[in-house]
Amino acid sequence: MSVPLIEIIRATVGLSIQDMGRTGTTAIGLSQGGAMDKLALIEAAALLGKTQPSPAIEFMGIGGSLRVSCDVTVALTGGEMTAKVGDRLLQWNATHTLNAGDIIELSAPKSGVYGYLTPHAQLATPRVFDSQSSHVSAGVGHWLQSGDIVNGTPMALARSMKIRAIDRLGGGTVRYLAGPQTDLFSDADVNRFHATPFSASHIANRRGVKVDFEGAPFTPQNAHGIVSDIIVTGDIQMTGDGEPYVLMSECQTMGGYPRIGTVIPADLPILAQAKAGTPIRFEQITLEQADTIMADPISAATLSTRLSTLVRDPAEISDLVSYQLISGAITGYED
Amino acid sequence: MERPCAMTPEICTLGHDALLVRFAREASEAATACVQVMLRLIDEADLPHVTEIAPALASVMVRFPGGTDVRSLLHQHLSDLIRKTDWSTVGVPTAKRRWIIPVCFDSDAAPHLAEVAQIAGKSEATIIHDLENVDVRVLALGFAPGQPYIGLLPQEWDMPRTSTLTAEVPAGALVTAVRQLVLFANPSPTGWRQIGMSAFKPFAPETDTPILLRAGDAMQFSRASADEIARLQASGDPKGGAICQSL
Repeated sequence: MSVPLIEIIRATVGLSIQDMGRTGTTAIGLSQGGAMDKLALIEAAALLGKTQPSPAIEFMGIGGSLRVSCDVTVALTGGEMTAKVGDRLLQWNATHTLNAGDIIELSAPKSGVYGYLTPHAQLATPRVFDSQSSHVSAGVGHWLQSGDIVNGTPMALARSMKIRAIDRLGGGTVRYLAGPQTDLFSDADVNRFHATPFSASHIANRRGVKVDFEGAPFTPQNAHGIVSDIIVTGDIQMTGDGEPYVLMSECQTMGGYPRIGTVIPADLPILAQAKAGTPIRFEQITLEQADTIMADPISAATLSTRLSTLVRDPAEISDLVSYQLISGAITGYED
Repeated sequence: MERPCAMTPEICTLGHDALLVRFAREASEAATACVQVMLRLIDEADLPHVTEIAPALASVMVRFPGGTDVRSLLHQHLSDLIRKTDWSTVGVPTAKRRWIIPVCFDSDAAPHLAEVAQIAGKSEATIIHDLENVDVRVLALGFAPGQPYIGLLPQEWDMPRTSTLTAEVPAGALVTAVRQLVLFANPSPTGWRQIGMSAFKPFAPETDTPILLRAGDAMQFSRASADEIARLQASGDPKGGAICQSL
């Protein structure tokens, strides 16, 4: 039965419900959407002992505070936020059971951009085209506001676990495939694109991430009068001034700016989590290489080797005296 | 000038999980006709592994779950479909239905109409008369959910986007550029010129039919007063007074 699950006490900007997004809606003009860092939802599923990811509250670069209305286990993954219940510091990349009335305070991420709180629950938020993701730029769902209440059905409380997260918060090389418009760029420019050290721009949101660089613009040849064509998530678009902009979850479905290629889905979390100034490079791979990578996708099952039981560090326990360390009431699994 | 209509479709890969059948790199009547025909051929062929089919103005995207073998198989199927058709003689297929959408062309609803008339070399009255009599197609839905790209208009409508963006046109605005029309689903900044205002909402997420239009639908416009558009908007009906005829 659906009950009030989480109340948003303080939301500044950028809080939304996100899952793995939609498939099959390009023809109606709705892009994939879903979490910017889908790996964070897969890690949360692994932590919660689920085979498939479930909807989370996504925080875009800024924290917030939430009150849980019933006892519920939550997973904290993605960009590393400082999470506290009262004075109690909650370890990131881990699950924690919160008690009804607990208020969890989340800071802006210290590293990465997008943090996720995934309740071990079935959320009762509306499904639109088979997904509970808000796609605000398309008019689906909305940003969560202070005072909003997220309803759902809590699932059994789960043992506290932690996960060794996949390293992706510090930028790096993203791999992309050549596409239908790569030939609009000269070989020299494509080579220069691979050799250029980029850094993530402060111009970034759920639609896309711009990357900054020094040097001449990447200007396509014979691109005048080019017709608008289908866009897919991961496309690297060169805007009118020849600057690369990687299209992300809430990209448009058609556009006229030329695209040098498409970043493979496996590497999009690197771009999503790249704070302004984070180094990024682009490497073109072959279809064969992409097929090999995508044939073996990361899933909750493949992440199981990275899981371990969360044993609380006594240093993080604020009021050590109140814990009964001797009587056996503390198992080390509580949190 | 219309390019020669000898279309040579090519199959490109788009990301790891899509193929793009591209007829041209520029918009033309011939390319849009080819896209409509190819869309129907792919749809009717009911190809295996296909998870979605989406048309653009001069191309059709076919998506599949990924994988080398599936890609090769689909590539072969698409090549076969392409080979069976003489693309040099393709015309726009008959539409299965036609929408007639009330639009107000009064000056408040059409801030760029005078400019459009000037570029097209016609009077405003002639432009409105042309729009009331034009029979165009939904070429593709895109940019925003359900939002139609409509065309192609006659050659005199081949006008570039404006050099500076209009900060915002309202939802329902009818705008034009490069021989096409768009009916905006949401308030948006745009480089297209607004020449009318409808009460039509191409995306109604709370209803049983959230997306009203389909690529290939025929479309006409009927002239409405500003009061009528205001009344239709207030009624809350996402169709905004539009009539849909089966053909």
